[in-house]
Amino acid sequence: MAKKLMKGSEAIGEAAVQAGCKLFFGYPITPQNEIPEYMSMRLPQIGGAFVQAESEVAASNMIYGAAGAGERVMTSSSSPGVSLMSEAISYLAGSELPVVIVNIVRAGPGLGGILPSQGDYFQATKASGHGDFRVLVLAPWSIQEAADLVQDAFDLADYYRNPVMILGDGLIGQMMEPVEFFEGRVPTKELEPKTWATTGCDGSRPTNVVNSLFLDPEELEQHNIHLKAKYDRMVADEVRFAGYGTDEDYDVLIVAYGTVARVCSTAMEELREEGIKVALIRPVSLYPFPYRAIREAAMKAGSVLVVELSTGQMIEDVQLALARSRPVHFHNRLGGMLVSPDEVVAKVKAMLGGQSEEVHHG
Amino acid sequence: MQRDVIMAGFGGQGILLIGKMLAYAGMHEGMEVSWLPSYGPEMRGGTANCTVVISDKPVGSPVIRSPRAVVAMNLPSLEKFEPDIREGGLLLINSSLINRGAERDDLTVVEIPANEVASELGNPRGANMVALGAYLGATDAVPIDSVIEVIRETFAAKPAVIDVNIEALRKGYELGAAARQPEPVSA
Repeated sequence: MAKKLMKGSEAIGEAAVQAGCKLFFGYPITPQNEIPEYMSMRLPQIGGAFVQAESEVAASNMIYGAAGAGERVMTSSSSPGVSLMSEAISYLAGSELPVVIVNIVRAGPGLGGILPSQGDYFQATKASGHGDFRVLVLAPWSIQEAADLVQDAFDLADYYRNPVMILGDGLIGQMMEPVEFFEGRVPTKELEPKTWATTGCDGSRPTNVVNSLFLDPEELEQHNIHLKAKYDRMVADEVRFAGYGTDEDYDVLIVAYGTVARVCSTAMEELREEGIKVALIRPVSLYPFPYRAIREAAMKAGSVLVVELSTGQMIEDVQLALARSRPVHFHNRLGGMLVSPDEVVAKVKAMLGGQSEEVHHG
Repeated sequence: MQRDVIMAGFGGQGILLIGKMLAYAGMHEGMEVSWLPSYGPEMRGGTANCTVVISDKPVGSPVIRSPRAVVAMNLPSLEKFEPDIREGGLLLINSSLINRGAERDDLTVVEIPANEVASELGNPRGANMVALGAYLGATDAVPIDSVIEVIRETFAAKPAVIDVNIEALRKGYELGAAARQPEPVSA
């Protein structure tokens, strides 16, 4: 297919359709309303179904039902709405159901504002709900990558029988960029038939039950161990990241994800034009986090700069990766304000000039 | 080589549309492009703006704090964005709705009475096309023929408005090109 200029929200919707998603349940919230809008237009065309639920709580339980029946299904929301979905996300993980959840993050806490933020990093990567589980989290930095990752997300969800979250921000939702969908796309994983799905049983096979309730502690412990083994496989096989200038020599390594990394890439180019050696590493999978790649890239640098639209969330994972082996500095904006390339340039110069303080946790 | 422009005006002036057309044309030329609208709690009739980046390399930051060019279709837009323009950049002022010139003297300033020009062409809603044409005339960010092609695609369902919009674009282009600073002659 030829390149098409698409809004991020529309590209995410179309990517889901291309990946075989025929069902979407959601509830409106800015800044991601164009995703349900697109799905409400598109899904009837392909014999699918779009339902605007009465709330995010309902929508997230509807995806539970559809996934339990073996269908590819997606929901999308923005921060406060995703909080309302967190109970169902825990049930989905406990019941091992494959779904794709898109969070176009807005500034918080509470209702906060509607402009871009990365304040949901902790929620997405560490605590999408109660209990001991993980969600695979992918963070695109462009509209094309959003389209690619959404398609991969459906394969990964089915392969691991686990929720996969796409973590974007308002820029990813609202921006238009050229997107290309490739015909004959090969799934990113080899997928088994969903023999576990509750598709109706005429006695020709044992009854399938989809459930997260295990009252027998020995049985639940075995279930927890089984889930942990699955998360370990994700950690071993699904780490994704991109490095820019990391093959060359550099003094400062910048770590940033999503659209913030785009801003940092512009800053990096400006710094390099001035002869300042900088590289950028961008986690694409936030869970599993690219600890090793960041550690290895940081070992070549004198110091590390983390840039986020939060008060400091991913920086904790970066510090975990580095174990105090390199000084870590931090630059951020909050409340829906965006980081500009100029700010990053000034921060790197301050670091090299000794006018920036390291950040310590713990 | 990167071109970037913030286009700004009242909601309803067709600002977001001309930004999209510019991005489409850039894409058709094989360039990397991004189009970013302002979004926020705006009221009807409030301001609207978009940032378009056209580059021969993948677009880095789609958010431009210091744009190379600004197209200001109304006074609030001029007041908001004039201070941000990169030194030596382009400021295009819609003098039909803005009764002052530029405050800075380090910019290339092009004043176009976009609404009057559009009305004279019998297409009062085409002021946005005049402004887009003027931007192209002043910068040659993308070839005008490429934008004309996008106009034909955009209004394919409304063929009656294709020619009048192309006419408005061409008229704007002439005015923008006439106001263009002559290229410095190299020794």
